[in-house]
Amino acid sequence: MLNSAMVGLLGVSLWETIYMVIISTLLAYAFGLPIGVILNITAKDGICPNKPVNSVLGVIVNVFRSVPFLILLIWMLPFTKMVVGTMVGPTSVIVPLVVSAAPFVGRMVESSLNEIDGGVIEAAQSMGSSSWQIIYKVLIPEAKPSLIIGAAISITTILGYSAMAGIVGGGGLGAVATNYGLYRYNNEVMLITIVIIVVIVQIFQEIGMMAAKKLDKRLK
Amino acid sequence: MIELKHLSKVYDNGKTRVEAIRDINLTIEDGDIFGIIGLSGAGKSTLIRCINFLEKPTEGQVIFDGVDLGAISHKELLKKRQDMSMIFQSFNLLSQRTVIDNVCFPLEIAGTGKKEARKRATELLEVVGLSDKQKSYPVQLSGGQQQRVAIARALATNPKVLLCDEATSALDPNTTSSILNLLKEINRTMGVTIIVITHEMRVIEQICNKVAVIDSSRIVEEGPVKEVFTAPKSQIAKQLILPKNDFVQEVEGLNCLRLVFDGTSAFEPVISSLSRECDTDVNIIWANTKSIEGRTYGQMIIQIPEEKEKETAIKAYLDSKKITYKEEGINVE
Repeated sequence: MLNSAMVGLLGVSLWETIYMVIISTLLAYAFGLPIGVILNITAKDGICPNKPVNSVLGVIVNVFRSVPFLILLIWMLPFTKMVVGTMVGPTSVIVPLVVSAAPFVGRMVESSLNEIDGGVIEAAQSMGSSSWQIIYKVLIPEAKPSLIIGAAISITTILGYSAMAGIVGGGGLGAVATNYGLYRYNNEVMLITIVIIVVIVQIFQEIGMMAAKKLDKRLK
Repeated sequence: MIELKHLSKVYDNGKTRVEAIRDINLTIEDGDIFGIIGLSGAGKSTLIRCINFLEKPTEGQVIFDGVDLGAISHKELLKKRQDMSMIFQSFNLLSQRTVIDNVCFPLEIAGTGKKEARKRATELLEVVGLSDKQKSYPVQLSGGQQQRVAIARALATNPKVLLCDEATSALDPNTTSSILNLLKEINRTMGVTIIVITHEMRVIEQICNKVAVIDSSRIVEEGPVKEVFTAPKSQIAKQLILPKNDFVQEVEGLNCLRLVFDGTSAFEPVISSLSRECDTDVNIIWANTKSIEGRTYGQMIIQIPEEKEKETAIKAYLDSKKITYKEEGINVE
């Protein structure tokens, strides 16, 4: 059953999945990192407390995180078409993936930054650091190991979301699983796609954990 | 010179109102090692944070080198803080940076060139005795070593003032002594004014020339360490200087002297030689002294004979040895 055509299809789908996940993760961080930083610094005990900004941003993040991805995916189709010009294929999936993942990434970043000891921030303030200097010289470097673990979790979550996109013609391994495994009762293909996805998740997770451990100077 | 004028800080969240410090007036001269002692919750930490405006005082002024810190812009305040470094009880080093990069940090903030910063950091690590730890990370160092790095870091920008917030409270007695000696040396050789916040009497004994006692948000007593130690007036100062001792209370009415050793006299068997020189007996009622690097610190209460001439001889001997003393009709609470 696993002929060369199917192997080729799986290869292309794997590539599509990796493409969707990598680009989506990068873009999700481009938006999510600033969101997380703003949530952290505008909190009550942050370096620039600002209740209105913190509350409004918090609500927006929560709203986008509460909408299930599959619904968001369909709901956003017109917007997706407007941004990338098409509603099908891997590129079109990137738009809802980013919209869904950015708030999630924002919360991950916020929680990593919250772990930093207030004393270290106070020390930086006592040396006359500006808020901006504290963000890029203290908050982010000190939280680096935790941020990397967060990125590994985010990337596997985005991978999971990307598979759902197969249902609405998004391409990737999710599409193969849907079209062959679900609609044509091809259990073998179903199993292979699952194995491939599990292996990718394992690889990302392990790389993330190893990098975090290697980079964390708090461990002797 | 730092002047604190009518400094108050109130925490008010609408429901509860806490007055952390109230109407604090202090003058700290250049070159001082000024100690501020008090029990937990007395307002020490708030006070030291108001000095560099990490906490904005609710009322009053902080005048640093003639500049009112409350009247300048935020940007100017950040610049002023580089002249007023701080060290902490929990060291607060950047865990992801090496020792040398930690010392370079304030120089990066101040905009010093990288090469120059490295050079300065190397010099300072030599001063604190950690030249061989440049490439280590804070987690690999002991508490005392971490505090030394923090001191080097605090000195990087050539500050005029060093604020120490319970800087030795997390350290064991030996390490505490060596850190205090380092601070004293920095004060002497670099002319850095030091303000020390502590709850430990021995910190004041060992390095401070002036002391202020803070209790329930106010300064209750202030003066040269020698004076405050010999004649504590406030209840809290008495309590801090002479801890409770039931035995001492029983000897009330005896002819006693309280001797104060502030490190100016060398460590020698003072009492036995006093006894020999003055040909008299003395009775040690209470003592709490220690030798730190060959100098004696602490206090002792001795009972001396009632005869006038023996008393005069003993006092003359103490004067010759430069030991401060005070007549004591013992009233230790």
